[in-house]
Amino acid sequence: MTVMHLFGLTGVALFCIGLFGVMTKPHLLKKLLSLNIASAGVFLLMVALASRGDRPDPVPHALVLTGIVISVSATAYAVGLAARLHRATGMVTLEVKPEDDA
Amino acid sequence: MWTGQQPEVWQVAGPMIAAAMTFALGSRGRKTLVGVVIALMGWSTLGTIVKLIGEGPYLHVIGGWVAPLGITWRIDGLSAVMLVLTTLIGAGISVYSLGYFGTSSREQHNETYFWPLWLFLWGSLNAVFLSGDIFNWYVTLELSGLAAVALITLSNKPDALTGGMRYLIIALVASLFYLLGVALLYGEYGILDLGGLSKAIEPTHLTMVAMSVMTIGLIAKAALFPLHFWLPPAHSNAPSPVSAVLSALVVKSGFYILLRLVIEVWPAEMTHALAQGLGILGGAAILWGSFLAIKQQRLKRLIAYSTVAQLGYVFLMFPLMTIGWDTDTNWTSRAFAGGIYQVVAHALAKASLFLAAGVLIHARGSDDLEGLRGLGEKLPLTVTAMALAGISLMGIPPGAGFFAKWMLLTTAIYSQHWSWAAIMLIGGLMAVGYLFRIYRRLLTHVDHGTFHQPSRIMEFAALGLAGLSLLFGLSSMPLLYVLRIGMPEQLTNYFWGMM
Repeated sequence: MTVMHLFGLTGVALFCIGLFGVMTKPHLLKKLLSLNIASAGVFLLMVALASRGDRPDPVPHALVLTGIVISVSATAYAVGLAARLHRATGMVTLEVKPEDDA
Repeated sequence: MWTGQQPEVWQVAGPMIAAAMTFALGSRGRKTLVGVVIALMGWSTLGTIVKLIGEGPYLHVIGGWVAPLGITWRIDGLSAVMLVLTTLIGAGISVYSLGYFGTSSREQHNETYFWPLWLFLWGSLNAVFLSGDIFNWYVTLELSGLAAVALITLSNKPDALTGGMRYLIIALVASLFYLLGVALLYGEYGILDLGGLSKAIEPTHLTMVAMSVMTIGLIAKAALFPLHFWLPPAHSNAPSPVSAVLSALVVKSGFYILLRLVIEVWPAEMTHALAQGLGILGGAAILWGSFLAIKQQRLKRLIAYSTVAQLGYVFLMFPLMTIGWDTDTNWTSRAFAGGIYQVVAHALAKASLFLAAGVLIHARGSDDLEGLRGLGEKLPLTVTAMALAGISLMGIPPGAGFFAKWMLLTTAIYSQHWSWAAIMLIGGLMAVGYLFRIYRRLLTHVDHGTFHQPSRIMEFAALGLAGLSLLFGLSSMPLLYVLRIGMPEQLTNYFWGMM
């Protein structure tokens, strides 16, 4: 097992932990944190893959940078939306109404 | 002039520049700007198609920076058909929105934010349809997803905020699944570009894993059963022009990427099982979506569930396409044409239905189905639009939906796949069932008090899109002629014979 494999598997593990959090935690901030853990996992996997050849591959780094920018903006927007939802409804979770059960 | 040779640039640049301008200008010159955008997009789409017919499929390397660090656009028949669709629906929705927002300060505030977000969404949808590499799709999906959520939550009502938030979380998780697949593919092959990937790809276990996670992400974006649960609350609580673009175009972007990957990237050995799986989910979506549409008591919720059902038909194209992939490609090309036509037909009809629903809700002040009684006499244009769009959705000739469903149905019948055929026929009957729940109430002669005259421009926009859904049904050859350019031979040979 090489260092690349170690980092890659850690990335996959982080993705799974994050996914588990998104699906099981009702609190919106916990969902968003879990999402960020999952995306960190994917980014870690990509960075690990960059060390495949003799020299580091620059492309995954460019991709991860783009991904981080997207992830930061999406998180910022989602936190803002969660705050607005809290102001409008007093809720910090996504309530499931009977008619949504489909 | 360089713009004349590269009309496709404006597909993305036009709406994005206009978005920045409306943000800066506010309400000043809005009508002029919207008019200019529509004209520019029409010209750009027409120019792209003329260039495509003249030169065949081509690449556009943005800024001269080549892949992998630069961005390459690919223009062929499939992307051109999607551009035609975004242009027509984009124009319809823009015209409609000029009359949609009221004069109260709350409505004015909403409108100020609506225009930049909608134009950004338009541009990023076009970017999805033009991109030709798997990482760019991730970026453009995120762009369109964020713009879409912001548009849903525009009204600031609790239902809209909850629906939007749920959609946002699903969209972000779906994008991560997709990105995980992109990472795995890049790790294995070192290529992001679609053309290069299709040559390099091998049917390994890793490709299988990448295919699975990317498919999960994309069917969540495309709201295929059982990952459709976010769609009805998100689409039905958005402002009506936003519901229209969500149901007509945004869900199609996930489908478009899935289709591209199936026909160009995944090894043929692996697509067969994938296609069967997608077909089974599509069939379940038709039955379940139609069933729930029949049960709804609110107009926009009913239309949203109808989207779940109609998307099911689109996904039936996958198993039908693989029937004759190696033996009789007539089936494949029939199913391909039917599936793409279903995308076009549903987009036009559903956009028109949501726009018309917006007019009715404006007139009555509620979207309760019972409240629609008697509106048929007062808003004949809107009811006509709903009827024409319904003809296409139910699959009655001469609607565009008839042609789409006929192609899919005949493929299933001739190749003796009776279960697909039965599901399509049952789904058609159920569509009649849920749409007539709307018509029956609209056409009863009861007067129900409150009525606000909606702006005429909204009625004409809805009617225009409904008319187009009929026009594409009356004459299907122009679109199929464009669709065939640059697509693999298995997908188009049937239409070579017809033209």
